Amino acid sequence: MLHVDRRRLLLGAAALGTTALAGRILPARAAGPFQIGFLYVGPVGDFGWSYQHDKGRKAVEAKFGDQVKTSFVESVAEGPDSERVIRQLASGGSQLIFSTSFGFMNSALKVAKQFPAVKFEQATGYKTAPNVAEYNGRFYEGRAVCGAIAGHVSKSGVIGYVGSFPIPEVVMGINAFTLAARKINPAIKVKVIWVNSWFDPGKEADAAKSLIDQGADIICTHTDSSAIVQTAEARGVHAFGQDSDMKQFGPNAHLTAIVNHWDDYYIARTKAAMDGSWKEQSVWEGLKDGIVEMAPYGPGVTDAARAAAEATRTGIIAGTLHPFTGPVKDNKGTVRIAAGATPGDADLFKQDWYVEGVQA
Amino acid sequence: MSAEMLVSLLLTTMTAATPLLLAALGELVVERAGVLNLGVEGMMLTGAVSGFAIMSLTGNPALAILTAVAAGALLAAIFGFLVLSLMSNQVATGLALTIFGTGLSALIGTGFTGRPVPGLAKLPVPVLSAIPLVGRLFDQDALVYLAIVAVAAIAWFLKSTRGGLVLRAVGEADLSAHSIGYPVLRIRFLAILFGGAMAGLGGAYLSLAYTPMWVENMTAGRGWIALAIVVFAAWRPWRAAGGAYLFGGITVLQLYLQGSGLLPIPPQLLSMLPYLGTILVLTLISSGPFRARFSPPACLGKPFRPPT
Amino acid sequence: MRILVEPRRQPSRRLWTLTPILALVLTMAIATALFAALGYDAADSFMAFFVSPLTDLTGLTELAVKGAPLLMIAAGLAMAFRAGVSNIGAEGQLIMGAVAGGGVALAFWEQSGPWILPLMALAGIGGGMAWAAIPAFLRVRFAVSEILTSLMLTYVADLFLNLLVYGPWRDPDGMNFPQSRLFNDDETLGILVDGTRLHTGTLVALVLALAVWVVMTRSLLGFRIRTVGASAAAARYAGFGNDRVIWFTLLASGGLAGLAGLFEVAGPIGQIIPQITPGYGFTAIIVAFLGRLHPLGIVPAALVVALSYIGGENAQVLVGLPKAVTGVVQGLLLFILLASDFLVRYRLRLARRAGAAA
Repeated sequence: MLHVDRRRLLLGAAALGTTALAGRILPARAAGPFQIGFLYVGPVGDFGWSYQHDKGRKAVEAKFGDQVKTSFVESVAEGPDSERVIRQLASGGSQLIFSTSFGFMNSALKVAKQFPAVKFEQATGYKTAPNVAEYNGRFYEGRAVCGAIAGHVSKSGVIGYVGSFPIPEVVMGINAFTLAARKINPAIKVKVIWVNSWFDPGKEADAAKSLIDQGADIICTHTDSSAIVQTAEARGVHAFGQDSDMKQFGPNAHLTAIVNHWDDYYIARTKAAMDGSWKEQSVWEGLKDGIVEMAPYGPGVTDAARAAAEATRTGIIAGTLHPFTGPVKDNKGTVRIAAGATPGDADLFKQDWYVEGVQA
Repeated sequence: MSAEMLVSLLLTTMTAATPLLLAALGELVVERAGVLNLGVEGMMLTGAVSGFAIMSLTGNPALAILTAVAAGALLAAIFGFLVLSLMSNQVATGLALTIFGTGLSALIGTGFTGRPVPGLAKLPVPVLSAIPLVGRLFDQDALVYLAIVAVAAIAWFLKSTRGGLVLRAVGEADLSAHSIGYPVLRIRFLAILFGGAMAGLGGAYLSLAYTPMWVENMTAGRGWIALAIVVFAAWRPWRAAGGAYLFGGITVLQLYLQGSGLLPIPPQLLSMLPYLGTILVLTLISSGPFRARFSPPACLGKPFRPPT
Repeated sequence: MRILVEPRRQPSRRLWTLTPILALVLTMAIATALFAALGYDAADSFMAFFVSPLTDLTGLTELAVKGAPLLMIAAGLAMAFRAGVSNIGAEGQLIMGAVAGGGVALAFWEQSGPWILPLMALAGIGGGMAWAAIPAFLRVRFAVSEILTSLMLTYVADLFLNLLVYGPWRDPDGMNFPQSRLFNDDETLGILVDGTRLHTGTLVALVLALAVWVVMTRSLLGFRIRTVGASAAAARYAGFGNDRVIWFTLLASGGLAGLAGLFEVAGPIGQIIPQITPGYGFTAIIVAFLGRLHPLGIVPAALVVALSYIGGENAQVLVGLPKAVTGVVQGLLLFILLASDFLVRYRLRLARRAGAAA
């Protein structure tokens, strides 16, 4: 029978392999460099979310040299595949594993139970365990800086916002942006288009075009490609980059970008895991700690806009300014945050409403 | 909706439809010759990355486009060898081609991520582009025009030329075509190469004109939509143009609707519109007075071996 | 001198089993050369890609976990393809099965009892069938090609799943992230081997593939399906309704895909999330043809394809091969396996004079 033969061949090859070559690919755990595994949801060539995480991985390699050995798996589907890949990384000798998408959280927790000696770092999420830490960036702080610029730069008062999916990250980003922009120009209106994809440059460009056609003179994006900046450049309007500095795609259009900067965090956690000081934690850091950075301001940022942006940025870093300080009304008129109050972190995640001025 | 908005919508539709149309036209010719190639997505990606690489290295758009065409055709040649010479299953081989092409394009593109290139230049049509309001529709890059010219050319070729007649004969009745003395396999191979070339061109449109950049998987499923358009078109070029513009048009329209805020329904439902709309329109034309008396080419997907 | 190609009167039995093995060996050789050419350690890469998934219990059980949905879907698709019905929307039918069956789980999340899982399975089958019924109806009633409708409906299913997970089905305690509640113990499939993910669904998949084999070879229905596939005209002459075969094969393949989807959410995933399938519905099409549309051929085909995915992951982990390379190798493997069928049906002979060919 066919399947018997084929399987027998594979098993035969397996047996041969284990006797002849097995020692080669599974180095003993105690000896040798400290192994670190990375799990990416997209290709490292996405020039967006996964690309930035991979930059962090390279920074770890540059910092520790021969002391560490990193490996990564890219484009891992968030379904049943991720658990297998995480387990493979752990059983392959990784002592520290960074799983860099929310959809990996439950898989990481399951594998972590089986590998108590391995440390896990879960990017975005909300559950931790004795050997699972969680980390994320306060990207909404960067959105507030963008909003301050947009409030000054927009002449039409209409700002287009291309969203991927309405996850908490994106929703609070839209809200922080709009609040900051309307603080400067209360007439600002933010139009949101959802493209239902993290990654479809063509569709993102189409969404940007339709927003520009409907009066938007600044385009903001929460998707992963640089298509938005490029389209804005071609149409002579402004745009904000996402994940990384995208000014080469629109030297005139690019106002600034929110840059995800994981390098320092990854280096610190690697060091902690190596010297034994690693502890379970839940970290949500922003502009102050450098996970969120602003790319250099482009030529479209006026002096007034620059001053407002810097005031917002330094205020957030100093802790004197919170982007969500009340009173905040949603776009149906209900007061959601009372005057003078600032929401806690959990409340930020639970935002499933949009602030006044958002049309989503 | 103002007239100006309508023109803008059409303009965006044209760019959205062009890559679909280019790839669909190629596949249409392949299928009329009796071969089903489901590898369009892989060929588009390979074309996109090859064209982009050459553009990035040389800055020569003509050379970049030619490279994309050649790369698509080269990938198609692998498919052609497998399904024609070795008579492997066409559906499975086409799917394998998509997996192969996706990997290959990522491999080629490793060094080209995040590098911008200048987009294709706009070529205004004299006189027409000067018309107020609609003039904008006649100020596009070369590939948009080429796609429309290709529709006419392929329609004419299939209907009115001897070559077109032979191609159709090969797709409808391969044994008879063979017995009259036509080289069935050679004609099919040429058709497959043409299909690959057009898919490569469609890919190049994405990476050189639509969004001039390279990122992995940037076709985002357009190869599959192109395949559906061929079916929608009942294997006729002008209907393929209709299908590509319909699909592109609804996609763009739903984005405009979201932006306008006029329809307060979930964006997921709006995003379903292009797919549901295509099914609905096809059902209407299949059942109404225009009922298409046109079934797939009789030999579609079947291997051919000259009798000895 | 030239090579002559001659058809065999009977497909070669010996080569029928031998060619896939030859193809595998050839792929391994080419792939290893490719690894070396790209600057990776050839032996390590070879071991990681082709051998490492087979060397321990976890690897072997994972192969079954990954292969099971492919097997189940491909067995259903093989029936459809045999009948000449091109259902290429199994991906969407899988999603709708997961939605329907998972919906039952969410509806009864506070309840327990042995009745829940069978109810979920039934709903899963129903969801897949309902989604496949649309192309069946449009094909039978309006002669609309199921290629287009089943493909388009896949995108619709994906968006529908999104709508639910980002909306009403969101876990109320999940900080607004797009995921449902976790299913309770009575709503998840049992584990066959402790410490692994080998779930009861893999056994069901195997049994169902065998059932399809019995139906196709031993029943009148199977005979009708094969007759319609061979020639619709002959089938009509023999008094078989083409429409009934279209309905049956689409519903059966949709139901199997739906059950596969339910097994994913009730098994390895354990909840409803936006991305349930890494393309199982499309990959299963390759598996079906790789297995020569024969339910017993599909079993090894599903395992080989599963191996190529898991091997690709391992090669990334163990030797740092980029995903792009694993895609290329996977494509090569499929090309060679598909091409190797040629040797089963044809014989190559060397001839001295060209004239001998005629």
